[in-house]
Amino acid sequence: MYKLKFNDKVCATCPSSDCLLKCQYMTFSGHKEAHAEMMKIIRGKDSRVLHECATCYACEEYCKRGNHPFYLISERREEKGMFTAARPITNQWINMTEMQGKFLVGDIKDKALSCCYIPELGVLGTGEIFKDVAAAGVFGAEFMCPAVHTHFAKMSVIKERLPVVIENFRRLGVKEVICLHDECYGTFTSIASAYGMEVPFKPVYYMDYLLERMKELKSKIKPLNITVAYQRPCSNRLIPDKLPLVKKILKLIGVKMPKRVYQDENCLCCGEVIRSVSGYKLADDVQKRNIDDMLQTGAEYCMFNCPACQMALAEKVSKRGLKPVHIIDLCKMAIGEKEREVA
Amino acid sequence: MNDVMQSLIDIVGERGVSNAAEELWFYSRDPGVLEPHKPDYVVAPKTTEQVQKIVQLANREKIPVVPMGNGMALTGLVIPLKGGIVLDMKRMNKILEVNEKARYAVVEGGTSQGVLKAYLQENYPHLRHSIPDAPSTTTIAANVALHGQGRLTNQYGFNSDMVTGMEIVLPTGEICLIGSPSLGPYWFSKGPTLPDLSGLFLGWLGTTGIITKLGLKLFPNKKIREVEMFVTDKAELVPEIFYKLTHLEILEDVNAWFQPKPLIFKGNFHITIYFTGDAEEEIEFKRRMIWDALQEFIDSKDGGFMNVQYTKDMLLEMPQRGIANFADVPKGGGFEYSGPITIIEHFPQYAAKVIELAKKYDVLYASSARLICGGHCMMFSISFAFNRNNPAMMKRVKEALDEATAFALEMGAVPWKPNFMEQQMTMKKIHPATLKLMQMIKRNLDPQGIMNPGNWEVI
Amino acid sequence: MAYLRNLEHGDIVHRCFRCGYCKFPVDYSDFNCPSYKAFGWDTFAPGGRMWLIRAWLSGEIETSPRFSEIMYSCVACDNCKNQCVFEKFRDFLPDVFQETKVELVNDGLVPPAVRDYFKAIMTSGNPYKLPQARRGDWTSGTGLQKYSAQEYLFYAGCVGSYDEVGQKMAKSVASMLDKAGVSAGVLGEEETCDGNEVRILGEMGLFNELAQANIEKFKTKGVKKIITLDPHALNAFRNDYPKLGARFQVFHYTEIFASLVKKKKIKFKKYPAKITYHDPCYLGRHNQIYKPPREILNAIPCVELIEMRRHGLNAFCCGGGGGNFFTDILGTGEDSAGRVRVREALQTGANIIAVACPICAKMLTDAVKMENLEDKLEVLGIAEIMARTQKK
Repeated sequence: MYKLKFNDKVCATCPSSDCLLKCQYMTFSGHKEAHAEMMKIIRGKDSRVLHECATCYACEEYCKRGNHPFYLISERREEKGMFTAARPITNQWINMTEMQGKFLVGDIKDKALSCCYIPELGVLGTGEIFKDVAAAGVFGAEFMCPAVHTHFAKMSVIKERLPVVIENFRRLGVKEVICLHDECYGTFTSIASAYGMEVPFKPVYYMDYLLERMKELKSKIKPLNITVAYQRPCSNRLIPDKLPLVKKILKLIGVKMPKRVYQDENCLCCGEVIRSVSGYKLADDVQKRNIDDMLQTGAEYCMFNCPACQMALAEKVSKRGLKPVHIIDLCKMAIGEKEREVA
Repeated sequence: MNDVMQSLIDIVGERGVSNAAEELWFYSRDPGVLEPHKPDYVVAPKTTEQVQKIVQLANREKIPVVPMGNGMALTGLVIPLKGGIVLDMKRMNKILEVNEKARYAVVEGGTSQGVLKAYLQENYPHLRHSIPDAPSTTTIAANVALHGQGRLTNQYGFNSDMVTGMEIVLPTGEICLIGSPSLGPYWFSKGPTLPDLSGLFLGWLGTTGIITKLGLKLFPNKKIREVEMFVTDKAELVPEIFYKLTHLEILEDVNAWFQPKPLIFKGNFHITIYFTGDAEEEIEFKRRMIWDALQEFIDSKDGGFMNVQYTKDMLLEMPQRGIANFADVPKGGGFEYSGPITIIEHFPQYAAKVIELAKKYDVLYASSARLICGGHCMMFSISFAFNRNNPAMMKRVKEALDEATAFALEMGAVPWKPNFMEQQMTMKKIHPATLKLMQMIKRNLDPQGIMNPGNWEVI
Repeated sequence: MAYLRNLEHGDIVHRCFRCGYCKFPVDYSDFNCPSYKAFGWDTFAPGGRMWLIRAWLSGEIETSPRFSEIMYSCVACDNCKNQCVFEKFRDFLPDVFQETKVELVNDGLVPPAVRDYFKAIMTSGNPYKLPQARRGDWTSGTGLQKYSAQEYLFYAGCVGSYDEVGQKMAKSVASMLDKAGVSAGVLGEEETCDGNEVRILGEMGLFNELAQANIEKFKTKGVKKIITLDPHALNAFRNDYPKLGARFQVFHYTEIFASLVKKKKIKFKKYPAKITYHDPCYLGRHNQIYKPPREILNAIPCVELIEMRRHGLNAFCCGGGGGNFFTDILGTGEDSAGRVRVREALQTGANIIAVACPICAKMLTDAVKMENLEDKLEVLGIAEIMARTQKK
């Protein structure tokens, strides 16, 4: 069984305890308390963090010393038999993502276009932008990044399934896997590395691909001249180095993204997992603050990276006058492939 | 051509009667597992007077008459067990009146649920009726005649409780008005404060008369409908969850369901909670009330709300078209269910029985319980799918359903729309004086025994 | 269960639950299956047909005139396919019905009207038993010339060529094409039946003959693009001919006109009228062409386009599809499709029913007369309306 590579000493000597001090959902009196709680977790003792963590992934980003506080919290919760969300909800996620041999594999050569286990990604990964790779789509539980189980403190599921997913890709004989799901890329890089799993292909982040393609399609781009607010997904916390790509892509297609309070490291969760883990009061509060903040920027669109966030927030932002749209659809709109009102 | 055929043609015209092999074959069966039995004639009247003449003819000739809506009870209630005339009522499909302020509609006896829904939507968008999840082709009269339920049953009781008056063609051919229409032009009460004679027809499965007109309560149609889904893996908690939810007195409908496939549903009991409102604030307030009511189960990690965004449109649809899809799970066009009406505390026992029966008879199950009138009771459906091209599977389903009904009777439940054999099982168990009263009523109303014979009949 | 006969899609007949969603449009406002609406027996609904076909395949019921009547009363409107809840097999419902008719043809057990239709096509090349030499008569005065390497072939079809109402429609389209400077020619007396109704009525031998002869003729003449008057012909050319090797681009005339309107190559003067548009099944449900006719009408100043409750995917058929235009198995009773449809049109408050199919035009024109609505409703082809709005 794979084991989390976690360097206790890194935390023991941590001068900042940013992982907990920066947490948006728990407050600590200061470094001393935060540090003490982290050390309790490391030592396998009970900690209020294990009961209060909302599973937003942010501490993975806040830790600049290369450790994995969130994975450790999840490991410890599971060791103690704790459930973050209700047991039936946790099991529902495990059951619904079980591999049943009902996957789809396109015409694969060197590259695969991963649609994870999210049907919407199959629709997004089409058209001129993806014309060279759309036929090489793969979809299904067999190719799904199991990172979602982190929210439910079921690291055992990840340790069991991720090697199978990696093996399934290896069997396809691909050199590169373009990950349309932000979390897939985070899984193949951050999680796989944290657990010492070898990834025998090059994971490609779809926004890297998107940026290159939009540069190639520059002549077709008609600047959209719109303003968006970006809903950064939790999984993006695993790959903070990829954050600048959003601005670069938006610049190319003539989209403004004014500053807002809840952006970058301070971004807020879409609220859906929080609803299950921490209850509706916190979820409602988070979603309200988030949408209020989006609106104060004057944005017309709420732009998504992750289809799960989009599902969670689309109706809510629509009701408040923001049009929900995925960044890929914005690119499609910019090259005239998609009508604006349809987005 | 025989005399009866000619007489029927004289009553309804050539296009209103058939004894062709095709119609006789089709109208001899329903989509359930019971054996077919051929009628001698299929007749489709267009007016009450035609129905009356047909019944008078049937009396003279001692021919059975089986009234039929869309035949979707699935328990063979429109199979003409003793031949005779199947009366397809669906050409009597006019909406005769809507009294907006008194909130009732008067419809003909073959009017479908779908047509009333569409009519209200277009003409009275702030009114609605209690739509069952049976296909929209099913008729309102047939639904109340078997004590059907619908989307508003949790709030207002069985759909038959929503009847506000009836016009009946009695088995002897008289046309009889029941309730307030017997005294004046208004269809607002099926009985009170008169003796409630509607009970002579509701639940009798077409054995005591033919409903040719029906008054039906309408209810406010709120601007917004919403749905939440609570999930638990402990059947024993479901009655308490029901209790907490019904205490709120704000819910449109509550259904608890479980099925083994697809895997997302495995091992869990899903409680679909519908609520309505005229403003977002009202909806959000109710949503919070619902969440708060179930907080203890959330805290204990025994239950939680699942995201319904993906399935919301399907869940909010009326009727839920997807329900029919269960028939195609074994790629074979059929399902049937036993639907005892019982108390909510028995949910865990019934849930266990469904799983036991599915295993014992090697059949596919899906089960759903709908709360009735704020939780006074529930309809618990024990539903098995079958492949129509697989007689062995159909036999297993029939045996499983028979056992389900026997179990329900043992548990003190009342079988819902029982087939003729389940009626026999029920009459064996029923209090002798009750049975005697039923027989007295039946004999007096239908002295020739021509109405849907074989049903509610003491052998 | 073993069947005595085999249909290509026979393996789905037992999967119908006869739940009856197929009878309705999506909003359940009325029965949307024309044969069920007209006859009122469950046997005449799609579910009834499925169950009867199963009984027939397994020998429980025999072929009979009634069975043939039930099968041939289907107008092939495709409503059932779109409303059936069983997504895994609903697309094949119309195929099952068509394949059954093929068997009835093979057994020689079709209704007399169907037999007569086939005979007329075989002997005269058209259902009207009129001379081939007169097929092009309608073209006079339209400005369109015989086809000789123009960009488009304008194909009028049997109804457009011979029926009075159809001819009026064909003339208006041809004149408008000419006026708009579209390079198009007609085959005139060289045109032959497209065979769409022959195929749906189950005579596959005759259909193949007609189709192959047409394909050969079009190829020889160098036809690359075809504009059809009749959506039925469009359907055959677009969906069936390619299986026999045809490679033509096929358009309905409303598609061509809509594109010209968009490019401002056709302009309109004001035409104050309330118009409701009736979707032909073979244009709408069969070929998903819903927008172009509406785009044309909406572009006419002062036209108020009012939709009937049942429109687009949920439109109610005129009753003329599936060969019923010629065989009239559905009849002309009060609940016959055409009459129901014009009553529905009347409810919109429109004074014109716009049509885009010569069969619909004729069916609805007759229905307007039968309902005594001639002073309230006028049935006009899209091009006829366009002609009325041209700046002189």
